[in-house]
Formats: sequence, structure tokens, C-alpha cells
Amino acid sequence: MADRIRAVLRWETALVVLLVAVAVVGSVRTDGTFLSGGNLFYLGLDIAEIALIALPLTLVIAAAEIDLSVASVLGLSSALIGWLWTAGWPLETILPVVVLVGAACGALNGLLVTRLGLPSLAVTIGTMALFRGLALVVLGDTAVADFPASYTQFGTTPVPGTNLPYPILLFAVLAVVFAVLLHASSFGRAVFAVGANEEAARFSGVRVKRTKLVLFVLTGAVAALAGIVYTFRFSSARADNGTGLELAVVAAVLLGGVSIFGGRGTLGGVVAGVLLLGSLRNLLILDDVSTEVLTVVTGLLLLVSVLVPAVGRRLGRRVDNSRLGRRVDNSRLGRRAGRRAATSAAGPP
Amino acid sequence: MSGLTVESDVDQASAGQRPARRGAAARRLVDRVGRVRELGILVALVVVVAVTAVANPAFVSPQSLRDLLLNASIIALLAVGQTLVVVTRNVDLSVGSVLGLAAFLTAQTFAANPGLPLLPGLLLGVLIGLACGALNGLVVAAGQVPSLVVTLGTLYVFRGLDFTLARGRQVNAADLPDALLSLGSGRLLGIPNLVLITLVVIAAGALYLRAYRSGRELYAIGSNPDAAVLAGIPVGRRVFVAFTVSGAVAGLAGALWMARYGTVDAAAGTGLELQVVSAVVVGGVVISGGSGTVAGAALGALLLGTITSCLVVLRIPAFWQQAITGALLLAAITVDRLVALRLAAALRRSSRAGRRDEGG
Repeated sequence: MADRIRAVLRWETALVVLLVAVAVVGSVRTDGTFLSGGNLFYLGLDIAEIALIALPLTLVIAAAEIDLSVASVLGLSSALIGWLWTAGWPLETILPVVVLVGAACGALNGLLVTRLGLPSLAVTIGTMALFRGLALVVLGDTAVADFPASYTQFGTTPVPGTNLPYPILLFAVLAVVFAVLLHASSFGRAVFAVGANEEAARFSGVRVKRTKLVLFVLTGAVAALAGIVYTFRFSSARADNGTGLELAVVAAVLLGGVSIFGGRGTLGGVVAGVLLLGSLRNLLILDDVSTEVLTVVTGLLLLVSVLVPAVGRRLGRRVDNSRLGRRVDNSRLGRRAGRRAATSAAGPP
Repeated sequence: MSGLTVESDVDQASAGQRPARRGAAARRLVDRVGRVRELGILVALVVVVAVTAVANPAFVSPQSLRDLLLNASIIALLAVGQTLVVVTRNVDLSVGSVLGLAAFLTAQTFAANPGLPLLPGLLLGVLIGLACGALNGLVVAAGQVPSLVVTLGTLYVFRGLDFTLARGRQVNAADLPDALLSLGSGRLLGIPNLVLITLVVIAAGALYLRAYRSGRELYAIGSNPDAAVLAGIPVGRRVFVAFTVSGAVAGLAGALWMARYGTVDAAAGTGLELQVVSAVVVGGVVISGGSGTVAGAALGALLLGTITSCLVVLRIPAFWQQAITGALLLAAITVDRLVALRLAAALRRSSRAGRRDEGG
């Protein structure tokens, strides 16, 4: 029974309930516009990059690391697209190169963290400035916008016959891939093991460094992919694309119930967190609420996402303690009695 | 670093008298490395300034040097508060938003009450920051939740609050009292007022961390939170105070920001938090807590600010600025790490040698 209650009281469940509540309130307040196909299309587009990057970042945070350089990798990849396109490269070559550069950025993060044992927070604050700086070096403050419509249409038209934006289709495919990777593969179990207790994981034969390196490389590659999406969606390659996005992505992942200490979290929760964030944002915009309120709401949600589990843990502990209370008292008495027996047996010299 | 101290303590406990001397030697070694760290930043600073001065001698004119200090003072101020927090193995990402909120509210109060004396107005900024910091500290300490998440959340909340209250307005220099603006631009004995205030705050922070019991306890908490609890340190209360101080300092920085720039809108100080964390880390404060000084952090802020100015003087395109800052930060933490590894090896060798003596 207790287990069943606990299962229902999961954070993920709360997210889904909130999501439904937002959808209901939203469609009532906007006379159904909120759930209309057209609006859902924009809702999806609006969160595409955050959603994409949140996937690999979930794994990184589950492994008790963090990557704050993702938005800069996005910017670097956007700048590279613009630069190479201006230099006359075909897009078919540019896109794979950009993803490879993103992976290389991730590898730099990963190597600094695993080979030198540096804290990922410090490393990725450094590479955040470095990658954004390289983006500026590559493209300066110019914008490249003359991309062929055959590419930019992926950001402006839905998948034929649906209201699904192409980036969200990409997100759905990647979400399944990452969900399988995290929850149904030995690699995923290694990720949780590393996040829960790195030393124990190492002694259990998990290749800790290799695992972390792979996670950073994946994050870099997906961030570069998000850079491609961003560039074509706005049909504009700029070095400052996606500035500040890293905090939104981290917020989405944590809102999804992933523990910042690692070892806990689900990809489904993160998908729900991303959708909740996107719906709220969209609803508030439809409702003509200023974006400032939106910022406050994002921040409050983030605070709630850590405070609720913390309070829950504490309450849970209190319940466990009161239930165990009698048994603990008994055992303590027993130990004391035993000690008394032992001293009396030894007797005075 | 925490591991090292624990290790040498164990050695001292297990062996007798001689190791006490060895422990002292080890402590001297650690101490020397700590001092070398600040010296390293100073040397880097001198080299950067010297190279730039060769290219353009005007760079070392008194006015130019004054500007260097003035430009770095706000970040240095924030770095002092951040050091207190980072030393306890926490981080305060909300400082930029706190600065913005305090700057705007203080500016608005001054604009609405033209007769307001200077000191109560500045104090208002400090109090706003203090309240924000206390909120951070309360949630982190009482809720026992990670500060990275909490302050990321309050980064949004405070900034959103700032924008909501500002509603797109901005306060201009014309609305502010002259006394305030002359505080921001004036100087005393040739040193800009803001720099003097920053120096006072640095000195206070350094004294607190060095000479006060509760200050030392911040290091203990950062080195090993569990051991700190067992040692009877009121961890929650100390962490709360560290965040409150960081907030109050950010509030003061907000008030000074307003005095310096005159024009304040709701976006003041956006993105400053990462510059501050960079300065702290470059200044040798270990991001995982337990080690670092306020002076180092302030020097880190000065170094980063100076490099930015040098790039301008050397006519290096501004686009390179950020890449160089990032590379420098990475170099700083890498060197720190390599030195720490060397030190650990040296300590292990010396303790092993000691144990052999003991046996013979």
C-alpha cells in the first residue's frame, strides 16, 4: 500500500497532473485556441532547442555532472553554419561537420573533467565563454540569412498531414533513443551508478571516465544539432544565437525531477518538464501576460521542483521514524541491557 | 585539498612527536602554495599590463590605471560575497539579479524622494540584497536543497520581479541626486570612491575569513560538510549567513552600480553571475569548497577586467575577448589542479618517509 502511494506521489505524476491542469485552464481561458493545432505547432517550435538539449543533459546530470556550455555550442554551430555557407560549402557537408565540431566541443569538456579530474561546473563555465568566444571569432557580429528555402522550411512548416513541427519529430525520435539508452541499457545503468556513487561504480567494474566522456560528447553533438535547428528556424546564423539558453535547459531538466546530485531521474519526467515549461510559456503569452511574469514562474517552478521532494523526503523520514520508533527503542534498551550484563560478568577486578 | 589535511592529521595521530614537526612542514608547504597562487595572479597581472604598456605607454598613465581598478571594482565586490559562499561548497548564481533588483529599486527611491540623504538610500540597496540573500540562504540551509538549483531559480525570480516592478521604465541620471552621482564618479586622494569602498569590503571579508572562528568554520564546512556537522559546527546557520552576506554585498554593488552609471533599467547586471564565478575561480577559490581567499578572488576579478581592457588597447578584435577569457579560466583551473596533484604526491612522500623513520 505504502509503495503504491509512493508510486502515485512521484514527481513525474505531479508533472503530468500539472500539465493536464495547464491544458484545461489554457483551453478554457483561450476558448480552445490553446489546444488548437496551429497553436500546438508554435508551442512545439518554441521549445524545440530546449527540448533537444534537455535529453542528453538529463544523462549528464543523472551522472552527477553538469554542462553549462550547451548554449555556447549551439551558438558556435550556428556561427559555423553561417561561415561555411558564406565560404561556399554545400549544406550537405556543413551539417555533419557542425555536428562533429559539437561532439569535439563535448569531448574537450569530457576530457578536462575525466582526465584532469576537474569539476564540470568550473570547466563548462570556462568552455561556455570559450565556445561563445570562438563563435564570435568565426562570424563576428554579422548575420547570415540567405539559406535555401528547402532547408528553412523545416522550421516554418509542419510535417505534412500533421501539426507536428519537424524539430519536434526529431525530438520525439531522440527522446525514444535516449529513453532506451538511459532506462533499458547497461550504459544507462552505468550512468545511474556513476551518479549515485562514483567510487562504488568504479569498484563494480563500471568504466566511470569512459561513461562520462561519452555523455559529454553526446551532449555536444546534440547541442550542435539544436544549433542547426535554431539557425534554420529563424533562418539566421548568428554567433549570439541561444545566449542564456543553458539556464533554461538546466531548469527544464531539474523541473523534470532529475536530482542535481545524480543517480536519480527519468527521461519521461524530463519530457513532461519540458512540455510543462513550454505550455506555461505559451499559455502566458496567449493570455497576454508579460514575459517577466513568465521568468518569475520559471524560477518558482524550479524552486518548487527541489523543495517538494526535499520536504517529502523529510516527512517520509519522520513517518518511517515514528513507525520504527518502538523497534529502535527496544533495540536500544536491549543493547543497554546487554552491556550491563557484559560489565557485570566481567565484574570488578 | 580536504583529503590532504585529513590524511596528514591521521598520520599525526598514528605516530608520535616527530610527525608534529612533519605536519608543520606540510602545512608550511600548503601555505606557501596558497601564497604562490595569489602571487601567480599578480605576476600574470603585471605581465599583461607590461606587455600592453609596451604597445601603448598611455596604458600605465594614472588615469588609465584608475579606470582599470574602477571597472573591476563591482565584479571584485561581488567576488568577495561569492567567495564566502563558494568556500562552503555552495554557489550563488543569483548575484546578477540581486544587483539589478537592488540597483533599480534604490534608483527609483532616490528619484521619487529627491530629498533623501545618501546613506539611508545606499543602505536600502544593501537591505534589499540582504533580504534576497537571506531567502537564498533560508531555502538552501533549511530545505537542504542544492544551492545551484535554488540560486538558479531565484536568478529568474529576482530578475522577473525586477522587470515586473520596472515595467519598462528606466531611471536616468537627471533623476538622481548629485551627491550620489559624485559618489560614483568622485575620488579621494586620487583613488576612485568605488575602489575605496571595494577595498574596505575586501579587507573586512579577508579579516572575517582569516581571523574569526565562524569564518574559519566556513572552510571546514566546505572541506567536509559531514565532518563539520560532527565537529559541532552549526552548518545550516553558517551557510545561511554566507548567502545573506553575499546578497547584502550584491545589494551594495547594485547601489554603487547605480551611483556609477546613473542610468538604471531592469536589465542592469544581467549575466554578471558567470563573470563573478569566473573571477572567483581564476582567483584560486576552489569551486568544490574549502579553499581560497577573498583577496585572490578580487585579484581574479581585476585580472579578468584588465585583460578585457588590454585587448581593446592592443586593438585585438573585441570578438576574441570572450574566447580568451574562457581559455584563461580553463588554464587557471588546470594549473591549480596540476599543482594540487603535485602537492598531494609530495605530502604522501613526506609522510611515507616519516613513517619509515618511525619504524627505524
